[in-house]
Amino acid sequence: MWGMSVIVKKITQLMCALIFVYGIYIITHGHLTPGGGFAGGALVAGAFILLILANGSEYVRLKKQEEGSSMMESAALIAALVLASSGLIAGSMVFFNNFLPAGIPGQLASGGVIPFFNIFIGIKVAAALLTIFLALVIYREDISK
Amino acid sequence: MTLFIMCFLLFLTGIYGVLTRRNLIKVVISLTIMEFSLFLMLAMIGYISGGEAPILAGTIIPAAPVVDPLPQAMVLTAIVIALATNAMLLTIAIRLYKKYGTFDIREINELKG
Amino acid sequence: MESWLIILFVIIPLFTAFLIPLGGKLLPWFGRTAVSGIMLFLVALAVHIILRMPGTVVYMAGGWEPVEGIPVAIYLVLDGLSLFLLLIINLLGFLSAFYAISYMRRYTGEKYFYTLMCLMIAGMNGVVLAGDLFNLYVFLEISVISSYALVAFGVEKTELEASYKYQVLGGLASLLVLFGIIMIYWQTKTLNIADISMIMQGSGQDPFNIFIQLILIAGFGIKAALIPFHAWLPDAHSSAPSPISAMLSGVLIKAVGVYVIIRLLFNMFPPDNSVAVVFTTIGALSMIIGVILAIGQWDLKRLLAYHSISQMGYVVTGIGMGMILLARGGENPAAALAIGGGLFHMINHAVFKGLLFLNAGAIEYAAGTRDMTKMGGLARYMPVTLSSSFSASMAISGIPPFNGFFSKLIIIIAAVQGGFYLLAVLAVIAGIITLASFMKFQRYAFYNKPEPDSPAREVPVVMRASMISLAVLCLLLSLLVFPGIRQVLLDPAVNVLVESTEYARLVLNL
Repeated sequence: MWGMSVIVKKITQLMCALIFVYGIYIITHGHLTPGGGFAGGALVAGAFILLILANGSEYVRLKKQEEGSSMMESAALIAALVLASSGLIAGSMVFFNNFLPAGIPGQLASGGVIPFFNIFIGIKVAAALLTIFLALVIYREDISK
Repeated sequence: MTLFIMCFLLFLTGIYGVLTRRNLIKVVISLTIMEFSLFLMLAMIGYISGGEAPILAGTIIPAAPVVDPLPQAMVLTAIVIALATNAMLLTIAIRLYKKYGTFDIREINELKG
Repeated sequence: MESWLIILFVIIPLFTAFLIPLGGKLLPWFGRTAVSGIMLFLVALAVHIILRMPGTVVYMAGGWEPVEGIPVAIYLVLDGLSLFLLLIINLLGFLSAFYAISYMRRYTGEKYFYTLMCLMIAGMNGVVLAGDLFNLYVFLEISVISSYALVAFGVEKTELEASYKYQVLGGLASLLVLFGIIMIYWQTKTLNIADISMIMQGSGQDPFNIFIQLILIAGFGIKAALIPFHAWLPDAHSSAPSPISAMLSGVLIKAVGVYVIIRLLFNMFPPDNSVAVVFTTIGALSMIIGVILAIGQWDLKRLLAYHSISQMGYVVTGIGMGMILLARGGENPAAALAIGGGLFHMINHAVFKGLLFLNAGAIEYAAGTRDMTKMGGLARYMPVTLSSSFSASMAISGIPPFNGFFSKLIIIIAAVQGGFYLLAVLAVIAGIITLASFMKFQRYAFYNKPEPDSPAREVPVVMRASMISLAVLCLLLSLLVFPGIRQVLLDPAVNVLVESTEYARLVLNL
């Protein structure tokens, strides 16, 4: 897959950092503002997708990236599940047990385990969308060969 | 009420597309239109004019009526599900294109009877 | 009973599903052993719970207790009917996964197969346990999306086409279901099934209610492939790999189609005569048209897929007759008998149709074809496949010592007792045509003139073990007609449906 012109490459490089940071902001503030894991994860994945589209990538590298992001997705979901069932393991027998202190509403460090779920889900969604994109690109490369 | 009727029209547009289009990708687009008409409808049912955000923190009780978060959560979940379905459909459509060299439904007819 | 045991039915397959891509990277055998292992554990857990006879158990995720009598948590509800379905799902899931150990060696990307299979099982377990429509919809989509991918697993022309067709129709079905759920929310402002049931019982039956029920029948009817909506089933079920065909035909159309529809029509909506008549008519049509379409097929798995439609017609007819009798009021013995017959046929169909698809897989594995005209004389090479498929064929056609006979007999007796003479006649006719088409299968596959240089050999021992266990189950399930065993497994499930308004009271603990 070919990259685009130098202007596009340079501008995406500048933009992607901002998009990425905004995605991280949305993920970490998911319990305070609208948004959260899914919306932020989609933004983070968007940053990666823009970079790949602008700079282009080789077939073999795309395959490798797809494998990596797919592993990342599984790992993030397992982390979220372990966190959710930590109540079961610890002995309180409540799935999705919120065992951390709730904190003061409106502060960043509040909401117990909810921010952690947001982070894991954010990673999971970013990796999943990237995997879908890469899979579709790889099929396209397969056809055009 | 007008808004609900427009939602329904959008839904019918989607059905029309699914039934008449001959292109695999256009069928997927029509399905997506149907999905989104339903999401709009669900979001509108949950809407209360002048409602507050449903944050009940300790002793603070909101003055205005509180919006039910359930339809919003449901719409978000349904959007995620629609994403998965669409990704799946498009993947299969691309694979079919690779096998047949066309997106035309009339030429993809191995299965009969 | 400890109520947290319920949640394991969802967590464990979900966890394993996402562990397989990681573990399969290091250990190539991780997927196959892990799936068989966890499925065996879940079967043991289901049997353990059945023997404890818990009644209705409610689990609230997150520990959110009801506020002023309004349920706010995610409810997981385990009662007789869910337990019955859980046993079917996990039993057939275990045997299919075990069979797949040998069968799936020929495919590439084996670990993705096990991942998708685990996701499908997690989704189905979730559907039968869900106590609110929101989670029911989410779990339903998890299981059907993984089944879309599994149907296309062979990535050949026919598989892809079948999967595309299945997805478009499945997508339409999901939208109809979502539409129904939106309408229910509009009317009642809640999505908890028990809560909705309390509100609906207060408001009584009105046209809007009936409209919602018809929308839901259409939506779940597509998922269950009842006759006006059956177009996708023969393609999808015959294109999937054989263990998955067994899961799709044996379990998926029951768990996400028929189970949900009977749960909602009995336990959520107040019983209504006209809806019950529509439901029974659809069932009777499926029963008779499915079998007529089946007898002309020469592709083995397609023939079996059409028979799934017909056999699900029996289940729906039985349960629908019970529903009509309940809606009329009185005559409870015949209603309980009809519903019991339908549920009994459901577990029987899971066992014998699962076995038949595994047999079809074994024949395809050994002889390399699914076309019945090109087979022949396999009896000499494949004695285990022959005997197990013989018992399954006899069971599906309703020959006495096997389980299918008793369930069909109960449905027919209930039809006569309830005064549905036409349905009784149709059930008998469908049974006779079924027998004819399975005699055709036996003759063409096993007894015709043998090919002189047939490559067929008996299949590996793992596949044989699965088939033998299912064949033994075909005989053992006949014991369900006797009172002692019936009271453990079948009667709790029937009681949930017969005492339809009790559900809400038990779940909300009023």
